[in-house]
Amino acid sequence: MPADLLFEIGCEEIPAKMLARQLVDVPAFVELRLAAARLEHKGVRALGTPRRLAVIVKQLVDRQPDLHEEVVGPPVSAAFAPDGTLTKAGQGFAAKNGVAPESLQKKQVAGKKGEYVVAVRDVTGQDARALLPNLLSELAASIAWPKSQRWGWSETTFVRPVQWLVAVHGGEVVPLTWAGHTAGRSSRGHRFLSPGPIEIASADSYVEALRGAHVVVDPDARKDLVRAELKRLEGATGLRVRADETLLGEVIHLGEYPVGVSGEFDPAFLEIPEEIIVTSMRTHQRYFAMERPSDGKLANRFATMMATIVKDPTVVQKGNQKVLASRLTDGKFFVSEDRKKKSFDFWNTKLDSVVFQAKLGDKARTIGHKVRRLEKIAAALGTFASLDAAQIELVKQAARVCKADLASLAVGEFPELQGVMGRHYARDFGLPTEVAAAIDEHWWPKGQGAALPITPAGAIIALADRMDTIVGCFAVGLEPSGSADPFGLRRAAIGIWQILLSRPDWSSLWTPLFAASRDALSEQGVTVKEPTAVEEFFRGRLRGILIDGGIPAQDADAALAQDFRDPIDARARALACAKISKEAREVFKRVSNILDDARGKKLAIPDKVDAAKFVADVERNLHAAVADAQTREKAPRASRDYPAVFDSLERLRPTVAAFFDKGGVMVMDPDPALRDNRLALLQWFIEPYLRIADFRLLAGAA
Amino acid sequence: MYLQDLIFTLQSFWANKGCVVEQPVDVEVGAGTFHPATFLRVLGPEPWNAAFAQFCRRPSDGRYGENPNRAGAYYQFQVGLKPSPLHVQDLYLDSLRAIGLDPAVHDVRFVEDDWESPTLGAWGLGWEVWCDGMEVTQFTYFQQAGGIDLMPVTAELTYGVERLAMYLQNVDNMFDLQWDKNVTYGQLRQPWEVEYSTYHFEELTADIAFKNFDTFEGECKRLLARPAGPLVLPAYEFCMKASHAFNSLDARGAISVTERQRFIGRVRGMAKACAETYVASRARLGFPLLPKHLQQAAVDAFNGAADAGVNAGALAAARAVAPFEKEIAHAS
Repeated sequence: MPADLLFEIGCEEIPAKMLARQLVDVPAFVELRLAAARLEHKGVRALGTPRRLAVIVKQLVDRQPDLHEEVVGPPVSAAFAPDGTLTKAGQGFAAKNGVAPESLQKKQVAGKKGEYVVAVRDVTGQDARALLPNLLSELAASIAWPKSQRWGWSETTFVRPVQWLVAVHGGEVVPLTWAGHTAGRSSRGHRFLSPGPIEIASADSYVEALRGAHVVVDPDARKDLVRAELKRLEGATGLRVRADETLLGEVIHLGEYPVGVSGEFDPAFLEIPEEIIVTSMRTHQRYFAMERPSDGKLANRFATMMATIVKDPTVVQKGNQKVLASRLTDGKFFVSEDRKKKSFDFWNTKLDSVVFQAKLGDKARTIGHKVRRLEKIAAALGTFASLDAAQIELVKQAARVCKADLASLAVGEFPELQGVMGRHYARDFGLPTEVAAAIDEHWWPKGQGAALPITPAGAIIALADRMDTIVGCFAVGLEPSGSADPFGLRRAAIGIWQILLSRPDWSSLWTPLFAASRDALSEQGVTVKEPTAVEEFFRGRLRGILIDGGIPAQDADAALAQDFRDPIDARARALACAKISKEAREVFKRVSNILDDARGKKLAIPDKVDAAKFVADVERNLHAAVADAQTREKAPRASRDYPAVFDSLERLRPTVAAFFDKGGVMVMDPDPALRDNRLALLQWFIEPYLRIADFRLLAGAA
Repeated sequence: MYLQDLIFTLQSFWANKGCVVEQPVDVEVGAGTFHPATFLRVLGPEPWNAAFAQFCRRPSDGRYGENPNRAGAYYQFQVGLKPSPLHVQDLYLDSLRAIGLDPAVHDVRFVEDDWESPTLGAWGLGWEVWCDGMEVTQFTYFQQAGGIDLMPVTAELTYGVERLAMYLQNVDNMFDLQWDKNVTYGQLRQPWEVEYSTYHFEELTADIAFKNFDTFEGECKRLLARPAGPLVLPAYEFCMKASHAFNSLDARGAISVTERQRFIGRVRGMAKACAETYVASRARLGFPLLPKHLQQAAVDAFNGAADAGVNAGALAAARAVAPFEKEIAHAS
C-alpha cells in the first residue's frame, strides 16, 4: 500500500539563507532520486527549521513495479550459426543483458527486415523497504551546501553537526544509519520549550506533533506567524512595520517558534541619517524598522522576533534596546566624525592608496586613478549627451567626488551605504543637489529590476564607471570566463544597457562611451588590444536582455548580427523581425540568393547603379520603385518603425517579380557590363533592409 | 556578578567538564586563538580540553578609554574542546545558566557566523551566539589551522567577558563595570587605554616596528630551520610577536592597503610553517596525550603518510585512532 514517507535530519542551527535555498531545491532533488529508483509517489514537500530539514513524500509506493524489458540484439543470422548454436556475438549479447542464452527469442522487429534476437528481461520489483535505507542515506550525504563541516572524530560532512534522524514510511521506521545516527521515530521539540523526545507515529502527524512541541516546521506557516506577530506589534504601538520581504525571508529561518517583541531607541538618534539607523537594525540585528502611518517617517521603534517564549518579554526588550543603543552610538560617532571633515578632499586623497585593480599597473591601479579617469570619460560623454557647459561642469564635479565616501567611517562600517552616505555628506558640505544625487545614483541600478539613475549626471557617471571597469578588466585579461565573473562585469554591462535603453536620446552613446574609456585608460598606460572582445561581450549581454524581454533568440541574433551599439534601435529591429511577412521574406530571399551566388563567383559588384546602362523597362521600373520606396521609408526608418519598412518592401513584390519572371531580364547576362549593373541595382535595393537584420539567420528565410 | 566572578565561574564550570584551566599566554596576542593552547593544540590527533581567560590587544580599536564599547585591549574567555563533543551546544548553554543567563528568561540563539583568520591560515564554521540580540560568544568548529585539516575537530567557544559582564551588571559603559567589590574596570584599565591609544596612534616609531617585524620573522624561520632540529615553540612565539607588530603598524597607519595583504601573507607563512613543524614534533614525541596503547598506531600512521606532507600524516594518524574514540579523553 502506498503511504507517506517522512525523512527528518536533525541538525545544529542551519544558516538561514542556506535553509531557505534547500527548502526550494530539495523536493526536485528527492524526486530525481525516487525516479531513478523507480519508486512512484504523489509529490514531495520540504519542511524545515534551523534545527531540522525534512521531506515528506506523499503516497510513496511500497514496492517498485515489475520490469518487463525486451532488448533487440543482432540479426538471427549473426547470432546463430547455421547449426543452430549461438555465435560469439549471440553469446555476448546474452551475457551483456544478463539473460540465459537459451532464453533468447527470435522476433520480427518493426521497421527492420528479417528476424532479430531479442533478450526478454523480467525484473521483479523490489520492496521499498529494501531500497529506502540506502536511498535516504545517500540523499542526506549528497545534499549540496555552499559550505559544510566535520565535527568530533567524524568524517561525515554536513552544514552543521547532525543530531538525530527520523525516517518513517507508513507506520514503519526505515532502518538506516548515517552520520553516526540510527534513524528512528524520535524527533525533538523546541530546544528550550520542549526539550524532550517527540515520537512521530507517521508522516501525517509530523507537523502537528512538532507544533505541540513548539516547533513550527512548515516555513509558510512560520511566515504567517511572523506576519501575524508583526501585525500584533503594529496594533500595540500604533505604528507600521516597514515592508522588507528580504528580511522577512531571513527572519522566518532564525528560530523554530517566532514570538514578536518591539523596542524603542532614544529619539535623539533620529537626527542621524535614516539609512544608518535602518541598516544598523536590519543588517546587524535583523530588526524591522517601524514608521508613523500618518507620514511614513521613521519612528524610534523596532520590531523583532524572539526564537522562544520567555518568562518576561520586557527583559528581552531591554536587552535588545541596549544593543541597538550601542550600535546607534557607534553610527552617530562615525557620522559626526565624518562630518568634521567639511569636504571630500581628505577622503579623495586616501583613495590614492586604495587599490581598485592591481593588474592595471602603477599608473592606473588605485581608486584615485579611476576617479580621474571617470572625470575625463564623464566630461566627454556630457558633450555627446548634449549637456550645456554648466551641466558638464556639474558632471565633472560629481565625478571627482563620487567615490570619496568609500573612505568615510560610516561606509567603512556599513559598506552597503556607499553612495547613500556620499549624498548626505555632499549636502552637508554644501555641494549642489545635482552633485549629491549623482554620487548616490552612479551606483544604480543596484540589482535586477532596481531603480535606474534619475539625474543625467548620475546616469553619465554610472555609465562611465561601469565601462571603465569592463574595459580595464578586459585590457589586463580579467574578462569573465564560464560562470566565473569575479569582478561583476556582466552585471556592469547589463547596467549600461539598461541605462541606455531607458534614455532614447542617448541611445547612440555606447560608441563615444567606449572610445572615451579606452582613451582614459590609455592615458594611464593601459592599452586595449582587443576591442572586438569587449564588443562581443556587450553584444552578448544585450542579446540576453532582448531574449529576457520576450524576443525570440533568432530574431535577436538576426538584429544584433548587423549592429548592437544602439540598443534602442537594435531592440526595435529585433522586435520587427517577428512582423516580417512571408511575401517580404520571399522578395528578400530571391534577391539575396542571386547576390550570394555572384559573390560566390567572386564577381565585383559596383557600388553605384548606372541608370544609363539599363536596357529593359523592368530594370528602369525596379530602379524607380526602389527609389520611391527609399523615399517613403525615410520617415518610418527615422522613427524606427521597422514594420512599416517591411510593408514598403512587400509593395515592391510585383515590380521585383516582373524583373525576374517571364518577360524580365537575366541578371547574369553574358555582357559583364549589364550583369554588373544589374547586380549593383539589386545590392542597392536590398542593402538598406539588410541593415535592419540579417534575414539569413531567421528560420524559414533563404 | 563581578567581572572576576564571571571568570571564576566559567573556569570552574569548564574544569568540571574536564578542561585544563590554562593561564593566558605571556606574549601580546590579538585573540585567544593565537594562544599556543589553541592554535597549536588543535593540530594533530591528540585530545585537548582547555579553558582560560586571555588579555587580547587590538591596537586599531583603541579609543583613548573614551568609547563605552570599544577598547584597544579586552578579555576573552576561551574554551577549546577537542574532539568537539556531540552535546557541546548543551554544555555551552549550561555554562550560560551557570553565569546567570537562563534561556527561559533570555532569548538565546545561534546565528550563522563563519570564522576565518587569514593570518593563521585558519577557518571554521559556527555561529555568533545572541543573547537578547547581543553577541556574547563566538562558537566555531575549527576545520583548518595553519593550512592543516583538523581531525578531530575542535569546538572553540570565545566568550566576550566585558560584554557579558555589562549585561549581567546592567551597565552601559564597560569602564563602569565592577571588577570586584571595590575596584572598577575603568580604574584598572582606563589609564592603559589612554596611554596605549596615544602610543599606537601617535608615538609608535614605525621604523622600529618594521625592523622588529623583520627580526621576529627572521628568528621564526631560523628556529624552524635549525640544523640540530627545529625549536617550534619559540619559533611560534616569534610568529605571535610579528603578528602583534603588524597590528601595531596597522593602527599607526603605517601600512598601505597593498602592503597589508603582503604582511598578512608573511604572518600566515610563519603560522603554517610552525603548524607543520609542530605536528611533526608531536609525532616525534609519540603523540603523548593519546592513551598509551594508541600512541604507536598514530605515530606509525603519521610516518607512513608523511611523504605526502604533514597534512596527510596528521589525517592518517587521526584515522588510525578514530575507531577507538571512546577510549580517548573528551569533555563531558
